[in-house]
Amino acid sequence: MSKTANGRSVVVERVFPYPPEKIWRALTHGALIEEWLMKNDFQPLVGHKFNFRAEPMPHWNGVTDCEVLVVKPHERLSYTWNSSGEEAAGGLKTVVTWTLTPVDGGTRVRMEQSGFQPEQEANYQGALYGWQRFMDGLERLLGKLS
Amino acid sequence: MPVTPNDVLNALADPTRRAIFERLCRTGEQNVRTLTEYSGVSQPAVSKHLGILKAAGLVRDRKDGRQSHYRAKPQGLAPLVDWMRHYGAFWERRFDQLESLLKRMDQ
Repeated sequence: MSKTANGRSVVVERVFPYPPEKIWRALTHGALIEEWLMKNDFQPLVGHKFNFRAEPMPHWNGVTDCEVLVVKPHERLSYTWNSSGEEAAGGLKTVVTWTLTPVDGGTRVRMEQSGFQPEQEANYQGALYGWQRFMDGLERLLGKLS
Repeated sequence: MPVTPNDVLNALADPTRRAIFERLCRTGEQNVRTLTEYSGVSQPAVSKHLGILKAAGLVRDRKDGRQSHYRAKPQGLAPLVDWMRHYGAFWERRFDQLESLLKRMDQ
Protein backbone atom coordinates (compact mmCIF):
# COMPACT_ATOMS: atom_id res chain seq x y z
CA MET A 1 0.00 0.00 0.00
CA SER A 2 1.10 3.56 -0.62
CA LYS A 3 0.02 6.85 0.89
CA THR A 4 -1.65 9.55 -1.19
CA ALA A 5 -3.47 12.80 -0.44
CA ASN A 6 -6.78 10.90 -0.37
CA GLY A 7 -5.77 8.23 2.07
CA ARG A 8 -3.96 5.03 1.23
CA SER A 9 -4.03 2.98 -1.93
CA VAL A 10 -3.65 -0.65 -2.82
CA VAL A 11 -1.77 -1.06 -6.10
CA VAL A 12 -1.45 -4.35 -7.97
CA GLU A 13 0.43 -4.45 -11.28
CA ARG A 14 1.08 -7.30 -13.64
CA VAL A 15 2.18 -7.71 -17.25
CA PHE A 16 -0.03 -10.04 -19.26
CA PRO A 17 1.13 -11.47 -22.62
CA TYR A 18 -1.96 -10.18 -24.44
CA PRO A 19 -2.96 -7.01 -26.29
CA PRO A 20 -4.89 -4.30 -24.39
CA GLU A 21 -8.03 -4.97 -26.47
CA LYS A 22 -8.36 -8.47 -25.10
CA ILE A 23 -7.76 -7.45 -21.49
CA TRP A 24 -10.25 -4.61 -21.93
CA ARG A 25 -12.90 -7.18 -22.85
CA ALA A 26 -12.20 -9.15 -19.66
CA LEU A 27 -12.51 -5.93 -17.64
CA THR A 28 -15.71 -4.62 -19.24
CA HIS A 29 -17.98 -7.51 -20.26
CA GLY A 30 -20.24 -8.44 -17.35
CA ALA A 31 -20.14 -12.18 -17.97
CA LEU A 32 -16.34 -12.15 -18.26
CA ILE A 33 -15.93 -9.95 -15.17
CA GLU A 34 -17.97 -12.48 -13.23
CA GLU A 35 -15.50 -15.20 -14.17
CA TRP A 36 -12.57 -13.55 -12.39
CA LEU A 37 -14.07 -10.99 -10.00
CA MET A 38 -17.73 -11.20 -8.93
CA LYS A 39 -21.31 -11.27 -10.14
CA ASN A 40 -22.19 -7.81 -11.45
CA ASP A 41 -24.45 -5.67 -13.61
CA PHE A 42 -21.60 -3.57 -14.97
CA GLN A 43 -21.91 -1.61 -18.19
CA PRO A 44 -19.09 0.47 -19.68
CA LEU A 45 -21.04 3.73 -19.50
CA VAL A 46 -19.94 6.72 -17.45
CA GLY A 47 -22.52 7.35 -14.71
CA HIS A 48 -23.84 3.77 -14.76
CA LYS A 49 -24.55 2.57 -11.22
CA PHE A 50 -24.01 -1.12 -10.55
CA ASN A 51 -23.19 -3.69 -7.86
CA PHE A 52 -20.72 -6.43 -7.33
CA ARG A 53 -22.29 -9.31 -5.43
CA ALA A 54 -20.50 -12.02 -3.47
CA GLU A 55 -21.90 -14.66 -1.12
CA PRO A 56 -23.04 -12.86 2.04
CA MET A 57 -21.36 -13.88 5.29
CA PRO A 58 -21.75 -12.78 8.91
CA HIS A 59 -21.03 -9.05 9.20
CA TRP A 60 -20.94 -8.61 5.42
CA ASN A 61 -23.89 -8.44 3.05
CA GLY A 62 -21.65 -9.27 0.08
CA VAL A 63 -22.72 -6.21 -1.91
CA THR A 64 -20.42 -3.48 -3.25
CA ASP A 65 -21.98 -0.24 -4.57
CA CYS A 66 -20.29 1.14 -7.68
CA GLU A 67 -20.61 3.91 -10.24
CA VAL A 68 -18.63 4.12 -13.47
CA LEU A 69 -16.39 7.20 -13.51
CA VAL A 70 -14.09 6.78 -16.52
CA VAL A 71 -14.34 4.66 -19.67
CA LYS A 72 -11.45 5.20 -22.07
CA PRO A 73 -11.46 2.05 -24.23
CA HIS A 74 -8.31 -0.08 -24.06
CA GLU A 75 -6.62 2.44 -21.72
CA ARG A 76 -8.44 3.40 -18.57
CA LEU A 77 -11.44 2.28 -16.57
CA SER A 78 -12.49 3.67 -13.22
CA TYR A 79 -15.39 3.07 -10.86
CA THR A 80 -16.28 3.78 -7.25
CA TRP A 81 -16.11 0.82 -4.85
CA ASN A 82 -18.18 1.49 -1.74
CA SER A 83 -19.65 -0.55 1.06
CA SER A 84 -23.38 -1.03 0.73
CA GLY A 85 -26.47 -1.11 2.97
CA GLU A 86 -26.04 -1.03 6.74
CA GLU A 87 -22.28 -1.21 6.42
CA ALA A 88 -22.07 1.88 4.19
CA ALA A 89 -21.86 4.38 7.08
CA GLY A 90 -18.52 3.29 8.52
CA GLY A 91 -17.50 1.29 5.48
CA LEU A 92 -15.32 1.70 2.46
CA LYS A 93 -15.51 4.66 0.13
CA THR A 94 -12.87 3.90 -2.46
CA VAL A 95 -12.18 4.23 -6.18
CA VAL A 96 -10.83 1.42 -8.36
CA THR A 97 -8.88 2.51 -11.44
CA TRP A 98 -7.57 0.17 -14.14
CA THR A 99 -4.82 1.41 -16.45
CA LEU A 100 -3.64 -0.60 -19.47
CA THR A 101 -0.25 0.24 -20.98
CA PRO A 102 1.20 -1.61 -23.99
CA VAL A 103 4.70 -2.93 -23.18
CA ASP A 104 7.12 -5.30 -24.88
CA GLY A 105 5.44 -8.65 -25.10
CA GLY A 106 2.04 -7.60 -23.80
CA THR A 107 0.20 -5.15 -21.60
CA ARG A 108 0.91 -3.80 -18.16
CA VAL A 109 -2.28 -3.93 -16.10
CA ARG A 110 -2.32 -1.62 -13.11
CA MET A 111 -5.12 -1.67 -10.56
CA GLU A 112 -5.22 1.04 -7.95
CA GLN A 113 -7.84 1.05 -5.22
CA SER A 114 -7.57 4.44 -3.55
CA GLY A 115 -9.24 6.25 -0.68
CA PHE A 116 -8.66 3.99 2.34
CA GLN A 117 -9.27 6.37 5.21
CA PRO A 118 -7.05 7.17 8.23
CA GLU A 119 -9.42 5.33 10.62
CA GLN A 120 -8.46 2.18 8.75
CA GLU A 121 -4.84 2.87 9.68
CA ALA A 122 -4.90 0.10 12.27
CA ASN A 123 -5.61 -2.41 9.53
CA TYR A 124 -2.82 -0.99 7.45
CA GLN A 125 -0.38 -1.42 10.35
CA GLY A 126 -1.59 -4.98 10.72
CA ALA A 127 -0.73 -5.63 7.09
CA LEU A 128 2.79 -4.30 7.66
CA TYR A 129 3.40 -6.97 10.27
CA GLY A 130 3.06 -9.73 7.77
CA TRP A 131 -0.58 -10.52 8.31
CA GLN A 132 -1.11 -10.93 4.62
CA ARG A 133 0.38 -14.41 4.61
CA PHE A 134 -1.66 -15.47 7.59
CA MET A 135 -4.80 -14.08 6.00
CA ASP A 136 -4.33 -16.21 2.92
CA GLY A 137 -5.08 -19.30 4.94
CA LEU A 138 -8.06 -17.84 6.77
CA GLU A 139 -10.59 -17.95 4.00
CA ARG A 140 -9.73 -21.60 3.40
CA LEU A 141 -10.03 -22.31 7.11
CA LEU A 142 -13.39 -20.56 7.26
CA GLY A 143 -14.57 -22.57 4.27
CA LYS A 144 -13.54 -25.83 5.90
CA LEU A 145 -15.24 -25.02 9.18
CA SER A 146 -18.58 -23.68 8.07
CA MET B 1 -19.12 -2.33 20.41
CA PRO B 2 -18.97 -4.41 17.24
CA VAL B 3 -15.87 -6.53 16.80
CA THR B 4 -13.40 -4.93 14.37
CA PRO B 5 -10.82 -6.72 12.21
CA ASN B 6 -8.24 -5.23 14.54
CA ASP B 7 -9.76 -6.98 17.59
CA VAL B 8 -9.55 -10.28 15.74
CA LEU B 9 -6.00 -9.58 14.54
CA ASN B 10 -4.87 -8.67 18.05
CA ALA B 11 -6.50 -11.76 19.51
CA LEU B 12 -4.73 -14.01 17.02
CA ALA B 13 -1.42 -12.13 17.14
CA ASP B 14 -0.32 -14.14 20.17
CA PRO B 15 0.97 -17.61 19.21
CA THR B 16 -0.45 -19.26 22.35
CA ARG B 17 -3.89 -17.79 21.72
CA ARG B 18 -3.72 -18.75 18.07
CA ALA B 19 -2.81 -22.32 19.07
CA ILE B 20 -5.74 -22.46 21.50
CA PHE B 21 -8.14 -21.17 18.85
CA GLU B 22 -6.86 -23.59 16.23
CA ARG B 23 -7.15 -26.47 18.67
CA LEU B 24 -10.76 -25.54 19.48
CA CYS B 25 -11.49 -25.37 15.75
CA ARG B 26 -10.13 -28.89 15.29
CA THR B 27 -11.43 -30.61 18.40
CA GLY B 28 -14.73 -28.93 19.25
CA GLU B 29 -15.62 -28.14 22.86
CA GLN B 30 -12.87 -28.36 25.49
CA ASN B 31 -12.68 -27.43 29.15
CA VAL B 32 -10.08 -25.09 30.58
CA ARG B 33 -8.14 -27.90 32.27
CA THR B 34 -7.65 -29.81 29.00
CA LEU B 35 -6.65 -26.64 27.20
CA THR B 36 -4.14 -25.87 29.97
CA GLU B 37 -2.51 -29.29 29.62
CA TYR B 38 -2.28 -28.79 25.88
CA SER B 39 -0.97 -25.22 25.84
CA GLY B 40 1.86 -25.58 28.35
CA VAL B 41 1.08 -22.35 30.20
CA SER B 42 -0.62 -21.83 33.56
CA GLN B 43 -4.38 -22.12 33.99
CA PRO B 44 -4.80 -18.39 34.86
CA ALA B 45 -2.85 -17.56 31.69
CA VAL B 46 -5.10 -19.84 29.63
CA SER B 47 -8.20 -18.23 31.18
CA LYS B 48 -6.88 -14.80 30.30
CA HIS B 49 -6.20 -15.86 26.70
CA LEU B 50 -9.70 -17.35 26.47
CA GLY B 51 -11.16 -14.05 27.75
CA ILE B 52 -9.41 -12.15 24.96
CA LEU B 53 -10.56 -14.68 22.34
CA LYS B 54 -14.11 -14.38 23.68
CA ALA B 55 -14.07 -10.58 23.55
CA ALA B 56 -12.93 -10.83 19.92
CA GLY B 57 -15.90 -13.08 19.12
CA LEU B 58 -13.71 -16.10 18.35
CA VAL B 59 -14.89 -18.45 21.10
CA ARG B 60 -18.02 -18.95 23.20
CA ASP B 61 -18.14 -20.43 26.69
CA ARG B 62 -20.55 -22.55 28.68
CA LYS B 63 -20.47 -23.02 32.45
CA ASP B 64 -21.00 -26.51 33.85
CA GLY B 65 -20.65 -26.45 37.64
CA ARG B 66 -17.12 -25.19 38.34
CA GLN B 67 -15.87 -26.06 34.88
CA SER B 68 -15.94 -23.67 31.93
CA HIS B 69 -16.16 -25.22 28.49
CA TYR B 70 -15.11 -23.37 25.36
CA ARG B 71 -15.79 -23.89 21.70
CA ALA B 72 -14.57 -22.03 18.61
CA LYS B 73 -16.78 -19.57 16.77
CA PRO B 74 -15.24 -19.78 13.30
CA GLN B 75 -17.71 -17.18 12.02
CA GLY B 76 -15.76 -14.79 14.28
CA LEU B 77 -13.16 -14.77 11.50
CA ALA B 78 -15.62 -13.04 9.17
CA PRO B 79 -14.43 -9.48 9.93
CA LEU B 80 -10.93 -10.57 8.89
CA VAL B 81 -12.07 -12.22 5.71
CA ASP B 82 -14.03 -9.06 4.90
CA TRP B 83 -10.98 -6.97 5.68
CA MET B 84 -8.84 -9.13 3.45
CA ARG B 85 -11.18 -8.53 0.54
CA HIS B 86 -10.30 -4.88 0.53
CA TYR B 87 -6.55 -5.20 0.55
CA GLY B 88 -3.81 -6.53 -1.63
CA ALA B 89 -4.46 -10.20 -1.05
CA PHE B 90 -7.93 -9.83 -2.52
CA TRP B 91 -6.66 -8.23 -5.72
CA GLU B 92 -3.65 -10.53 -6.09
CA ARG B 93 -6.00 -13.47 -6.17
CA ARG B 94 -8.33 -11.72 -8.64
CA PHE B 95 -5.36 -11.03 -10.90
CA ASP B 96 -4.60 -14.77 -10.86
CA GLN B 97 -8.17 -15.47 -11.90
CA LEU B 98 -8.03 -12.77 -14.60
CA GLU B 99 -4.85 -14.36 -15.94
CA SER B 100 -6.50 -17.76 -16.09
CA LEU B 101 -9.56 -16.28 -17.87
CA LEU B 102 -7.33 -14.54 -20.44
CA LYS B 103 -5.64 -17.87 -21.14
CA ARG B 104 -9.00 -19.52 -21.74
CA MET B 105 -10.11 -16.65 -24.00
CA ASP B 106 -7.16 -17.50 -26.24
CA GLN B 107 -8.53 -20.90 -27.10
